[in-house]
Amino acid sequence: CKKSTELMSQQDRLHITNFQRNMDFLRTACKRL
Amino acid sequence: MSQSAHDAIAGNDLQPNLAPDALIRLRAELLRFALLQLRNAELAEDVVQEALASAVAAGSTFEQRASYKTWVFSILKNKIIDVMRDRWNRNKVELAEATGDAADFDGLFNKNAHWRAEESPSDWGDPEVSLENREFWQVFELCMHKLPEATARVFAMREFLGLETEEICKELGLSSSNCWVILHRARMSLRVCLQQNWFEQGETP
Repeated sequence: CKKSTELMSQQDRLHITNFQRNMDFLRTACKRL
Repeated sequence: MSQSAHDAIAGNDLQPNLAPDALIRLRAELLRFALLQLRNAELAEDVVQEALASAVAAGSTFEQRASYKTWVFSILKNKIIDVMRDRWNRNKVELAEATGDAADFDGLFNKNAHWRAEESPSDWGDPEVSLENREFWQVFELCMHKLPEATARVFAMREFLGLETEEICKELGLSSSNCWVILHRARMSLRVCLQQNWFEQGETP
């Protein structure tokens, strides 16, 4: 899970719920700035 | 900045249709954006003045395909990239600090490398609720400032300045895998910081 989490955060360059949504949130916040 | 550029901005030759209060607001937004990337008030002030001076000088090339604000922001981004490139080239010793492994986050996982129940990412709800809250941005900036400088710089180039990872690697002389690790560390740190300082505080830190 540690590896799939890392790969999902770099999706820069995915395993049964919130991590990808957290990453989407960060991206949205950066754009909103 | 040249005196003529200063006078032009002061006299609002920047964009004839831009109301004075809109110009003041635009300048404040540019400054806040630059400060978050550069972490140095003097440098941020300089780069914003340069961007505004460039906007004055190139005013006739603005074709209204994008909003005026977007156009000035794109000038500012290029100025910030120049400053970052210069600073990075002068001080590469920070690299070691930024390109370590992601061991800092081992505590989030158990011995089987599964998320610990209490650390598993939670539902952050409707993003708009947070993004419209002025206090959220204070926490966001606090979290950005907690990042190690080199990590924050790579993250800023990727997420705020919109560079592709390949461009960042090339600019900073990093391998792709180092770049990816730095970006992962930045996002994990920001996620944990926002979780602890905003979402677990009932969105009222």
